[in-house]
Amino acid sequence: MSRAISSPEQRARWNSFTKITRYVVTRLLSLFVTVLIGVYLTVIIANMGGYVDEIRRAQIREQIDIMVSMNQQLRFMPLEERNKYIQDLVELQEKRLGLDRPFIVRSFNFLFDAMTLNLGRAQQMVSDSGSSQVRLIILERLPPTLLLFATANLFLFFLSLFTALSLSRHYGSFWDRIIVALSPTSAAPAWFYGIFLILLFAAVLGILPYGGMIDAPPPTGTLPRALSILKHMILPILAIIVSSIFLAIYNWRTFFLIYSSEDYVDMAKAKGLPANMIERRYILRPTLPNIVTSFALTLIGLWTGAIIFETVFNWPGLGRATYRAVGLYDTPVIVGTTVIYAYLLAITVFLLDFIYALVDPRVQVGSEGHKV
Amino acid sequence: MRNLKRTLAEILHYPSAIAGLIIVFLLIVLAIYTVIAIPYQEAIRLWRGGEEVWQEYPKMAAPVWQNWFTRTKLAETIVLSTRDNEVSKTVKAISTDMTDIEIEIPFKYAYDTFPQELALYLTAKYKQKQPHVSVIWITPDGREITLSDFSVQQSQSYRISQDTRLQRRLGGMKPDQGLFADPALETPTPLKGDYKLVVSGIVFEPDSDLDAKFILYGQVYGLAGTDHRRRDLTIAILWGTPIALAFGLLAALGTTVTTMFIAGVGVWFGGILDDLIQRITEINLVLPLLSILIMVGTFYSRSIWLMLGIVVLFSIFGSGIKNYRAIFLQIKESPYIEAARAYGAGSFRIILFYLIPRIIPLLIPQLVVLVPGYVFLEASLAVLGLGDPVLPTWGKIIDDAQANGALFNGQYYWILEPSMLLMLTGLGFAMVGFALDRIFNPRLRGL
Repeated sequence: MSRAISSPEQRARWNSFTKITRYVVTRLLSLFVTVLIGVYLTVIIANMGGYVDEIRRAQIREQIDIMVSMNQQLRFMPLEERNKYIQDLVELQEKRLGLDRPFIVRSFNFLFDAMTLNLGRAQQMVSDSGSSQVRLIILERLPPTLLLFATANLFLFFLSLFTALSLSRHYGSFWDRIIVALSPTSAAPAWFYGIFLILLFAAVLGILPYGGMIDAPPPTGTLPRALSILKHMILPILAIIVSSIFLAIYNWRTFFLIYSSEDYVDMAKAKGLPANMIERRYILRPTLPNIVTSFALTLIGLWTGAIIFETVFNWPGLGRATYRAVGLYDTPVIVGTTVIYAYLLAITVFLLDFIYALVDPRVQVGSEGHKV
Repeated sequence: MRNLKRTLAEILHYPSAIAGLIIVFLLIVLAIYTVIAIPYQEAIRLWRGGEEVWQEYPKMAAPVWQNWFTRTKLAETIVLSTRDNEVSKTVKAISTDMTDIEIEIPFKYAYDTFPQELALYLTAKYKQKQPHVSVIWITPDGREITLSDFSVQQSQSYRISQDTRLQRRLGGMKPDQGLFADPALETPTPLKGDYKLVVSGIVFEPDSDLDAKFILYGQVYGLAGTDHRRRDLTIAILWGTPIALAFGLLAALGTTVTTMFIAGVGVWFGGILDDLIQRITEINLVLPLLSILIMVGTFYSRSIWLMLGIVVLFSIFGSGIKNYRAIFLQIKESPYIEAARAYGAGSFRIILFYLIPRIIPLLIPQLVVLVPGYVFLEASLAVLGLGDPVLPTWGKIIDDAQANGALFNGQYYWILEPSMLLMLTGLGFAMVGFALDRIFNPRLRGL
């Protein structure tokens, strides 16, 4: 066996193994540093370079001032003693929130906590179950966002892909021209179409709800509940699909057309292969890397939800939570959502490198010049 | 120049591009007209002026053109004062001191709904003794209703709709309904015809004078309607145009040009600089732009130009940089670059005059396609309540309308007007941009 290792074939394999390992390590390191810097910048920005601390200190002092002045028992306390009492309370409260240490020190603490996914406690926000753990708040908001955006985007992705594939075979047909003509409608974002849809279906026709996720009060029983949620999902999903379907189809169609003008596709046609075989083997397979990339980016997009979209539809997801967190200066929640997003992004980028190599034999992991 | 002509000639082959160009052209004309017709300060005054600017407008009234599409005609707003020709003012001296002033305000009411409100504004000139007036309402069928008697101060407003004593005399009906209702009908229906409001006053001093202004607040007003604070939406609709165009164009131009320059510098110098630019781009991908904008809006300032600056700053290191980089890398190896270097051209000369001109054809469609995105970004920020505090913009109208439940209360015009303009702007630029993309991008040619 020991002789086998030294055979040239094995050595080549060993070589490529070290190459891949080195590539993986450097790639992971550089992604980690990217996430690290990105998260640190978010920490700084979310605290406005320490400015938020000033706001919070002022808030604490005001609250304690009011609390003390409302307290009947402390009314006859001498002024000096009372001021000292207030000062002590303020210091205690600042210490509890960690405001007694300089911001620059705390910013690194924040960074370390964030990177280790120790997201801490929210300053003001609470989850519906009453917890102020950032992790729980995010976990509670994630399912509605995922439910809505996953359904809409997966539907959108496959619908546009397969429509485009069939359109690319009927180039210049009536439907093809319609899609091309309609593609500029995607200039408007989904929330914008959302307003129109709410106007039409909720305000004028009155057949679908204005927003929210479930009827109030929520119906009892699993089936009525599910039906109620489904009813509330129709308009948001429709808005997402209408806002991007035409451009998506147009882009895929153009992409497939470019690929189906390759010589090997003409060759396959000349050989008389059936249409669906040409589609699968000669068009879909070479374009798979791009499709995978696009799919992965769609998946990343799911995690963030959309701040405005969820606000317009009153959808209780992560986007609206972020908006509320910003309004309340609740930095732990802002940082928490960003950290999770950054990690997911990094993981997806990393995995993409390998998926590329799997689906595209032209790409070699670790070879020079290949950059995603 | 010849290139430009050829491009223009090619654009004319795309019907959608022609439509887009017409839309963009009309929007630019509208923007220029607005800036000239309503100067900036005047627009701010009209939009932020306060009650005295808006008091003549009805509250949340639909635009006048809504009447063209419905069978029931909503009441229009009527403003008549002693300065108008229809209003007659007869002055008759009774004695040396006392003068009788009678102001007759005739108006035609031919609408199917009741007005929103009725108000009479009186201004009097006197030294010591206040003039006395009695206000009489004459309906088309000849009934005379005395609304009220009172002494007039320097400027006095008499809100007829809020006169509870009058309401009691009208059998409990609100004055704006009771004064117009046809007495023969069971359900309150306005009686159409010629009404007359008579203000007959007596002044007690020789140089005393009396003037009146009658406002019938209708259900419809102006070209664009009004909002919850009685503001005329025409101002915001008009001024939204130059702001949206300026924001969209400046942001798109700022980002594409800077991105292109940075990509060019990175590729030309290579090494650490190129790596640094690449890393910054990757870090930027992680940062949540919208959250940052919201934070800046809540903490510092909501000025639209500050927002614009931040948007440009964060979009510079966007995905565009990678595309430009890939193209620059190819161009960098071209023989003509080699030649330029051989005769001793400096680095920045090569970047500016040899590298960048080559990708301008790619840049132009990109720029045009980016415009709608930024126009909508401005609207998005406004919808989140982060619109510019001073300027009237389309997004702010949508925000106001949303906040006041316009969709819920059926005031569709309030949301539809700004939305339609936003949509038109987006479509116009997108249609032109897509056509340009097909013209300039050889791989897409003919597709």
